[in-house]
Amino acid sequence: MVALGVLALMALASLLAPLYAHDVAHTDPFASNVAGTIMLDGREVDIMQPNDNPLHLGLSPIGPTWRAAYLLGADSQGRDVAARLLYGGRNSLLIAAGAALLCLLLAGVAGIAAGFLGGVVDTLLSRLMDIMWAVPVYLFAISLSIVMVSQSVRLGPFVLHADSLLIPVFIIALVYVPYAARPIRGRVLALRQAEFVTAARGLGVPVWRIMLRDILPNLATTLVMLGPLVMALALLAESALSFLSLGVQAPQASWGTIIQDGEGLIYTRPMVAIAPGLAIVIVVLALNILGDGLRDALDVRDSGRRAS
Amino acid sequence: MMAALLRRTGQTVLVLFGVSVLVFGVFFATPGADPTARIAGRNAAPQVMEKVRHEYGFDRPLPVQYAIMMKKLFITRDLASYANRGQAVVPEIMQAAPVTASLVCGAAVLWVTVSIFMGTLAAARKDTWVDRGLMMLGLVGISIPVFWLGQVANLLTQSRYHDTWLFSWVPGLGYVPLAQDPLGWFRALVIPWVVLAVMFIGIYSRVLRHDLVALAGEDFMRTARAKGLSPMRVLLRHGLRTSMVTFVSLFGLDFAQLAGGGALLTEVVFGLPGVGRLTYRALTMLDLPVIMATVMYSAIFVVLANAVVDVVYLFLDPRVRDAR
Repeated sequence: MVALGVLALMALASLLAPLYAHDVAHTDPFASNVAGTIMLDGREVDIMQPNDNPLHLGLSPIGPTWRAAYLLGADSQGRDVAARLLYGGRNSLLIAAGAALLCLLLAGVAGIAAGFLGGVVDTLLSRLMDIMWAVPVYLFAISLSIVMVSQSVRLGPFVLHADSLLIPVFIIALVYVPYAARPIRGRVLALRQAEFVTAARGLGVPVWRIMLRDILPNLATTLVMLGPLVMALALLAESALSFLSLGVQAPQASWGTIIQDGEGLIYTRPMVAIAPGLAIVIVVLALNILGDGLRDALDVRDSGRRAS
Repeated sequence: MMAALLRRTGQTVLVLFGVSVLVFGVFFATPGADPTARIAGRNAAPQVMEKVRHEYGFDRPLPVQYAIMMKKLFITRDLASYANRGQAVVPEIMQAAPVTASLVCGAAVLWVTVSIFMGTLAAARKDTWVDRGLMMLGLVGISIPVFWLGQVANLLTQSRYHDTWLFSWVPGLGYVPLAQDPLGWFRALVIPWVVLAVMFIGIYSRVLRHDLVALAGEDFMRTARAKGLSPMRVLLRHGLRTSMVTFVSLFGLDFAQLAGGGALLTEVVFGLPGVGRLTYRALTMLDLPVIMATVMYSAIFVVLANAVVDVVYLFLDPRVRDAR
């Protein structure tokens, strides 16, 4: 329950990102503000300040002010990290949720087809999954991203632009399909033997109708259980891709890209990288706890039914 | 037995073939992806494009290109990089392999010992605060992005607390060969080992605890308890041993993925010149021969690990072992 609350809070906060940026912090988190100044305790302070080193060479962005403007300090382009964090959270959460949904959709289709139709379809799909699984997940995702991020991709009438958020959604969904398809296929194999499926077959109900009306509703628990876990994996994958500049593209932000912005400042202004990382940890932890709780709750009911 | 072995080998070869076709397809046959443009540079003149296309053989049919690349990789072993012309790929991987092996083996030792300890302790103290605390700790470990943890570790050990007694022994980022300076090798790798192991400690301790708790209801565990064995002995000699079956199969796959380049993010953050970083650099330069070679290298690891896991199964699971 706490986990669900944390998730809702994070989602709400990131939805309110524009409100925060315009009305609380009064900054534009997407425009470079290297020459800007802010008022701190009645004094005007430069956002880019001389370095702390004895020679005062170079400039570092202002650190956390713990006030409305530049709460967590600025990044190397003088942008408000706190505001970017909220905007980035919006993209990170959207991509993770979108990827999880798409992944479950694809895995559901593959799992039902393989488990229910069996035979050649099963062999082909299972081998395909084996092949995808033989490449380390991140390596696979990075390979796909490099190809797709470097130019727009045409898929028939659809054009995916290189900076589209759909690209990471699509890639992450695809690489985790084997992860989700395996348990779904196992469940379908069990369901295929169920009496109501045999009955439907005996009645001459078309195969696609059995899949849609009899199998799919019974997969609901499996899908609900997998949902948060896949979303947690997707969020981690998105942050990794964005960290390598292969996910969300500038000027858009995500928690991964902010960590990357902070990489160069890690020893002088660590807050730029630490804050988005903490956000990721909190959300992924909440998702994992949620997934765990769902599994316990749904499994208990399952075993109870078996015993009765 | 022979037939099963042959079928197994056939499957292995099939999966490797599939991986090579998949990767080749991603880089050569994705709509809009044209390696020529990458090599010739943006806005290259059409004549230059044509020359490059011919020189690298991109004007040939895709199956022919694929066959040539595979031949160079596996048979003549003279596949050369596109980015650094003339640089042979196979020796480059052989040079990076020990770095990755050092990183992954050390992390594996760490994560296996710590997670067996954590998982067993949690199962022995089931439903107490020890159990809940350890499992929550594991969940936190699973939830931390490894590259971020690496950065935070660098921040603490290289900068903030580097001048205190705590981390003054940590050398700068980079790798020290084992043969050259064993102590330096150890010191350079301790922090990367810990960072890489954290997530796996989380996964493995949770899986092990779950397994041990589920096993407690099995008949053979009840018999062992009924014989009057101490709870500790039942848990260690009977429970833990049986749980090792799941543990080993998980371990084989994870280890192989990491050894094959899956530790890429850790290698990048800590500046370790291993296979993962080699792959990553090849990917950013779209250096196709190196990408093909490294991905095949990692696929071979994964597929071999699968086979090894199957054999280890035979030795660990008494039901399978005694059935022979």
